[in-house]
Amino acid sequence: MAKNKKTVMDGKAIERALARVSHEILERNGGTEGLVILGIPTRGWHLAGRIKAKIEEIEGGEGGGVPVGALDATLYRDDIAIKEAPPLKKMDIPFSIDGKLVVMVDDVLFTGRTIRAAMNALMDFGRPMVIQLAVLVDRGHREIPIKADYVGKNIPTSLGEGVKVHLEEEDGMNEVVVTPAEGGKGGRGGRGQG
Amino acid sequence: MKLEKKDLLGIEELTKEEIELILSTAESFKEVSERDIKKVPTLRGKTVINLFYEPSTRTRTSFEIAAKRMSADAINISVAASSVKKGETLKDTALNLEAMRPDCIVIRHPVAGTPAMLAGYLDSAVINAGDGAHEHPSQALLDILTVREKLGRIEGVKLVIAGDILHSRVARSNIIGFTKLGAEVRVCSPPTMMPPGIEALGCKAFTDMDEAIKDADVIMMLRIQLERQKSAFFPSVREYSRLYGLNATRLKKAPKDVIILHPGPMNRGVEISPEVADGPWSLILDQVTNGLAVRMALFYLLLGGPKPNYPRERRKPDRVSFDEGDAA
Repeated sequence: MAKNKKTVMDGKAIERALARVSHEILERNGGTEGLVILGIPTRGWHLAGRIKAKIEEIEGGEGGGVPVGALDATLYRDDIAIKEAPPLKKMDIPFSIDGKLVVMVDDVLFTGRTIRAAMNALMDFGRPMVIQLAVLVDRGHREIPIKADYVGKNIPTSLGEGVKVHLEEEDGMNEVVVTPAEGGKGGRGGRGQG
Repeated sequence: MKLEKKDLLGIEELTKEEIELILSTAESFKEVSERDIKKVPTLRGKTVINLFYEPSTRTRTSFEIAAKRMSADAINISVAASSVKKGETLKDTALNLEAMRPDCIVIRHPVAGTPAMLAGYLDSAVINAGDGAHEHPSQALLDILTVREKLGRIEGVKLVIAGDILHSRVARSNIIGFTKLGAEVRVCSPPTMMPPGIEALGCKAFTDMDEAIKDADVIMMLRIQLERQKSAFFPSVREYSRLYGLNATRLKKAPKDVIILHPGPMNRGVEISPEVADGPWSLILDQVTNGLAVRMALFYLLLGGPKPNYPRERRKPDRVSFDEGDAA
């Protein structure tokens, strides 16, 4: 782990942000009717599970059972021909998305290319009525015109920095840190968070 | 972890970790073939050429479908209708194909070592789809995937490979692959079909089928290549079937939960009886399904990343020395 890391969100801040995002999803869509949540692995999928739990908690059992799936965008990336093939992650959409209100969840929104790839992947599974995007962190530096509907926290960064989300389920701790870029990963075109 | 290779020429050259990488990638690709839209854009703009010098249905079709499901352009070259029939050498055929800038050439050839030779000449990735009695790596990978999927492990699994071991590239690749992952491999065949020194590959050799299978977890039956039996490797097909064929009676001598594999095509009634081939022990069609996933994984792992710049410098000295050698 980088020595010069700066913690910008701790576990409580992450939970508060997710609680607010969950309320916003319900408010904007008027409840859970037709709602499905698709997390982009790895950490987006864990966040999707947390948002589902919060939504069900807020609804108090009514409108519970929001379906959650995993949407891996790796096979739809636009840089397979110029970079080595990255490992494939979890793809699990065991329900129809036709006519549904799909909320995609990712940990960090950066260039926007991962989300573009994820939307292309999603279209191969059906025709959703609406697609919305929820992210824990928006760090800026978009390369294509993509905007999140729900943002846990805006963290303006330079291209020389990296943003890392650590979650209990994956990393044993909950925090968001800003680090100096490692091996160009934080810079434009890097295969870090997109 | 990534596959640090331009080509896939054999299981022998793969580390245990590389085999695991290919298998886990293949497991992910199985999901693509379950979708309504069985296509991903991953290899859009890439070209795969299937160059088969021997007849093949499932392997060639599997490579072709794998390429197409990943949006690559797949071209099949039937040697019977190609310039090979006009006397063109294999090297010239390959260099001419290379000049059309494919990204991958999948080759099957009756002569061992041909894919390795081509890989030295070509910038494209070369995948060995079977060379003589040498190797058939994608078949071994799909067999390993099928067993691992069913039993949850390879370490400690007792695998019997029975049949024409002498002529079988499938047997060789499987012996190497399964032993690399910690399985106990036994080969069983008539003495005339057992290559001398086979145990150097890490397997045990048997000539008694009942003895070989008595505590096996997996039995892999190999096709008896009837076209080769003019050389009299055994007295009669009927005798072979009685001594080495797998039928319901013989299967009772193996554990109840044994699984059966066959790389196909099968000679029903010779090395395997229909009730065994179609029975609940058989994973023969699962092998075919997994073969597609393995080949998608191979394309994904070998064709990702930037293409080398043309023309490649090292080809020039090769050509000069080849021409000089010819002239001398």
